[in-house]
Amino acid sequence: MSTPNLGTLRDLPKARLFWPIVTLVALLLLNFAVSPGFFAIRFQNGHLFGSLVDILRNGAPTLLVALGMTVVIATRGIDLSVGAVVAISGALACTIIADSPTPDSLGTVLAAVAVALVFSLVLGAWNGLLVAVFGIQPIIATLILMTAGRGIAMLITEGNIITISSAPYKVIGAGYWFGLPASIVIAGVMFAVAALLTRKTALGLLIESVGINPVASRLAGVRSRGIVWVVYVFSGLCAAIAGLMISSNVTAADANSAGLYIEMDAILAVVIGGTSLAGGRYSLTGTLIGAFVIQTLTTTVYTVGIAPSITLVFKALVVIAVCLLQSPALQARLRSRRASTKGVLA
Amino acid sequence: MTTLISTSARRGRDLLGSRYTPVLVTLVLLILVFAAGASQYRGFASGQVIANLFVDNAFLIVLAVGMTFVILTGGIDLSVGSVVALSTMIAASLARAGWPPAAIILVVLVTTSTLGLLVGLVIHYFEIQPFIATLAAMFLARGLCYVISLDSISITEPWFTAMAQTRIPLAPGLSISPSVIVAAVVVIVAFVVLHYSRLGRTVYAIGGGEHSATLMGLPVPRTKVLVYVISGFCSGVAGILFTFYTLSGYSLTAVGMELDAIAAVVIGGTLLTGGYGFVLGSLLGVLLLGVIQTIISFEGTLSSWWTKIVIGSLLLVFIVLQRLLTARRR
Repeated sequence: MSTPNLGTLRDLPKARLFWPIVTLVALLLLNFAVSPGFFAIRFQNGHLFGSLVDILRNGAPTLLVALGMTVVIATRGIDLSVGAVVAISGALACTIIADSPTPDSLGTVLAAVAVALVFSLVLGAWNGLLVAVFGIQPIIATLILMTAGRGIAMLITEGNIITISSAPYKVIGAGYWFGLPASIVIAGVMFAVAALLTRKTALGLLIESVGINPVASRLAGVRSRGIVWVVYVFSGLCAAIAGLMISSNVTAADANSAGLYIEMDAILAVVIGGTSLAGGRYSLTGTLIGAFVIQTLTTTVYTVGIAPSITLVFKALVVIAVCLLQSPALQARLRSRRASTKGVLA
Repeated sequence: MTTLISTSARRGRDLLGSRYTPVLVTLVLLILVFAAGASQYRGFASGQVIANLFVDNAFLIVLAVGMTFVILTGGIDLSVGSVVALSTMIAASLARAGWPPAAIILVVLVTTSTLGLLVGLVIHYFEIQPFIATLAAMFLARGLCYVISLDSISITEPWFTAMAQTRIPLAPGLSISPSVIVAAVVVIVAFVVLHYSRLGRTVYAIGGGEHSATLMGLPVPRTKVLVYVISGFCSGVAGILFTFYTLSGYSLTAVGMELDAIAAVVIGGTLLTGGYGFVLGSLLGVLLLGVIQTIISFEGTLSSWWTKIVIGSLLLVFIVLQRLLTARRR
């Protein structure tokens, strides 16, 4: 790394990830100012502990869902059904484990996880079918599964909250691997796989081209239908893994409240990370930062001692502010003002 | 959408036949489902069961009317459920503080309309997608509910309890609640506005093609903002009707009601891309959802989650139907 000259320093605020990173750092510093022990990380019983680790761990499900959402949004789509898929996968896995005579055996847990993941692939393929083959608007196509999905989850749990006690299953959401919380490892692996697949192969380029101009990319020989199908399947898979984490963390499947509003958090993470909802250019790293901004925001509410009753208002105001700052109209206005002041100076 | 307009000029008669098709399909389906219910269960085909469809869904009818305006312009309003909850909270807390009912209603309607106005301004002037802007409003309204109170507030105000208990007899053994009359007035006003006023024409024109509407010299910005004000106002009215129904205010009430409203509008034959649809179709959509709910409650053994699955399936059928119809027109 050479020392940056003045020119690159001046260009820094224009970098895509500059503002998301500033937001994250500001939030972390705010936490540090309020509770000085915030950055402390302890190593105890072979595990890592600390507020930062908690943020990573609690942010893992949101990160996973947001990861899938990023590639969907990159193709000009949106997936509203992720919350329902979270509920379905948790419900399916917990029901299988609860019904089995050996809930503690690794085989049972693996079978339950496999069934939940395969079913989520089917759900993702269903969304992809509606969008890619029938050509239905993504908001509406995934709205169907968002509505019906909670019903399916309740059908699986028969309307009850299924509680389970299974040591291997608990590992997914609350256990530790190599001293790190397992959920962080899983989310990290998924992130790495997504990054490798889309950035080290042509897949990322194809996804962006479909998002920028579906017709032109089809004429250029891109199989946009297949690409769109793949991103919805991936989004379903990510949501299902998040669902397993959430249900494993609380050792219960609640068809009504599991993953409620997680689609909103995921969309926000993507938007904060600088990916445009209009499709095209996307940033997985941006989404990673966005997901942690949201989780840190939630944590900040607790450390700063904001009353839980106004948490949602606080979050809503942040969302509105971020959206307004990123709105094309405001950006254009700011740019023209900057250009005019430059003109005056020259 | 512009292609639709040009073909409509060429094949006017053909289009006239297909324009009402989705609404007619909904009507036929409504009659079929009702007939199926009547043949299965004793006492289903009574006047009071039909009247109760309106009584139990008065608030949803009003919500669907507001949503119809928004969807006709090609937008969507995800905040309505939270705004209903906010309305019940404002009404319940003010009633507890001893405010007179007229003032309570005024405060609720002004608040919800203002919220709609803000959403509309953000959508139009900041060019933020309606979906995102109303999502933020959904968060905000739900958050404001929590600020008012985390607990359920019951309403003991005499006028509200009177409205909840009053039944207007239509015939022997047949009565409706005052909410039904409010809903009917809202539907009639919306029908007249959409079909016999400049505002209504502009709403359809924006849905047909915003650019063309602007070129035609129509007041696009004002109308685009106004539909969200209308939706906010309708959410306020629906919220008040909902308090008549439940006699309480609760932060967690009406979660997911926006989906019911959207489903009713879509099932009622309104095109989600805007430009095509009828407010009476939305009314039929609400009634169809109501009949399904009634059948599920008559059945008894069928659990309530089937409602969600059936609504989801119906949504699917109607959206595919819309695709087929628009594809044929092209």
